[in-house]
Amino acid sequence: MARPALMLLAALLGVTATVTPALAQYRIGMSAAIAAVLVTITLGILLRAAIVLVYTDRIRHPLPLLGLANPPRRLPGGAVVSTFDLLTVAVAATLFVGLFAFLRLSPLGIQMRAAGEKPLLAAQRGINFQLLFALSWALAGFAGALAGILYANNVRLDPSLGVLGLKAFAVALVGGLDSLGGVIPGALIVAAVEVLSVRYGDPLLADVSPFLCLLAMLPVRPWGLFGTREELERV
Amino acid sequence: MAFGGGYFKTTYAGDLALIDTRLRRAALGLLVFALIVLPRFASPFMLDLVAQTALAAVGALALNLLTGLAGQVSLGHAGFIAAGAFTTAVLVEHRLPSPLLALPAAALVGAGLGVIVGIPALRLKGLYLALGTLALHHVVLYACGEFQSHWGANTGVSIPPPRFGAWVLKGTIAWYYALTAIGGLVLVLSVNLQRSRAGRAWMAIRDREIAAESVGIDVARYKVLAFVWSSALTSVAGALFAYQRAFVSVEAFGFFLAIEYIAMVIIGGLGSALGAVLGAAFVTLLPYGIDAGVAALRVPGGAEYYLFPLKFGAFGLLMAAFLVFEPQGLVGIWRRARNWVVLWPLRYRPLRPAS
Repeated sequence: MARPALMLLAALLGVTATVTPALAQYRIGMSAAIAAVLVTITLGILLRAAIVLVYTDRIRHPLPLLGLANPPRRLPGGAVVSTFDLLTVAVAATLFVGLFAFLRLSPLGIQMRAAGEKPLLAAQRGINFQLLFALSWALAGFAGALAGILYANNVRLDPSLGVLGLKAFAVALVGGLDSLGGVIPGALIVAAVEVLSVRYGDPLLADVSPFLCLLAMLPVRPWGLFGTREELERV
Repeated sequence: MAFGGGYFKTTYAGDLALIDTRLRRAALGLLVFALIVLPRFASPFMLDLVAQTALAAVGALALNLLTGLAGQVSLGHAGFIAAGAFTTAVLVEHRLPSPLLALPAAALVGAGLGVIVGIPALRLKGLYLALGTLALHHVVLYACGEFQSHWGANTGVSIPPPRFGAWVLKGTIAWYYALTAIGGLVLVLSVNLQRSRAGRAWMAIRDREIAAESVGIDVARYKVLAFVWSSALTSVAGALFAYQRAFVSVEAFGFFLAIEYIAMVIIGGLGSALGAVLGAAFVTLLPYGIDAGVAALRVPGGAEYYLFPLKFGAFGLLMAAFLVFEPQGLVGIWRRARNWVVLWPLRYRPLRPAS
């Protein structure tokens, strides 16, 4: 199969895998956020099992299989990074700009923000918020799949890659869950802490450093650096 | 009716009784008797399964106190289990392997962790709380990993069998009796907590926090109390886990273990002690059931490779199915079946009791 077709297939898989929880969410009586988290985790477990069943449980390096190389590049200033590192930065930037434009400019994006803010009100204005929630899951899945493709090419492909997704929680929460602009500072902070703890600590510490950032942020500003401050509920 | 006389009680003793009808008392007596005589009939493998279930039930009951009753979702349960297990490991490393010391120490460490988590958790709700506990799980595992790589052997710490004076607890049958008895004790404790002042306060907080506060429940205090009880019990389960496996290693307490415990309380039925026990049995026995099923099918060649993903996938599928189709869990199915049998041929209870 041609390379682009393979990548498209991976992205499509991500989309279908994430539309399902959106559909599942509406049948659950628990608080929606938690139910969504649990359904996502279980579907992650399912997908991982499916991958091992139909593909392999071994660690693979997809680049040689695809016949591509990942040569190191020297940046001005003397830093050396791999080509896929640069590609990752470029993809992240493109995705960020694309999402920003989508949420700010397109009618669908504006509807999505409205539905996110107040689903009831949005529904009363004729917005199909269930469709939009499904779409947002699909977008998230697409972005996750992109991240997975880039990581697999750059580092390695391994069925337990999904644990990496837990770090994304830390980034999203440090930046602020409802703030797209907060993602970049959030990611930079989490990544900087991780790199510094590899440099001055040990690899074990680096593994938990995103969670340490999360734990440092939660008691002080649970809504994150750039998120909307949540209203307190008090008697 | 076969179960319970409704709300008509004539004495305070009757109101306080845990088991209120003769049928229930007989059934419970029968169950206890069956558990006592089981080692005469069952194979060591079966006994081990029951013991594992009882151990898992301790953890599940503890999580049920926090998530089912107080409504605080915790993805960090495996972290508390690890804390208990590693407390035991630290004591063993310092030549203090007595369980009489290790179990209370684990409970204390767990309670301390519960306070540490519970106080910041007062500010957090829903998703934030889940992620905070998830982060905590990773931090606890990190601390345990550091301990393991610096002081223990790199692969883990061996734990000697628990010793009480001259008597040593070892062998399948002894462990079976010990773990089943402890499981029973924790069950009684958790049922009693549920109907005490604390349990009622927890349920009120779960249902609507503001309403609970407005009727005079000290929400902060009871939330922290829920964390303390839950994590102390969980740590004790962790210490028992360490003794039973005779080995402690960080790898055993991954994120998947936390998900397994969440699955136990959800599959069993949130907020019900019976549900936690049923869920623990279900999740513990599922992989063995699949093993037996595959063995019975006699798939030729290479079936072993598919066993692990099959178990993994079946677990995910069942948990998703319970979340979506049966949020009441096994206990919901049990209640419906019981009502169906009792009420047959009618479908609903009479609205007014027959005079």
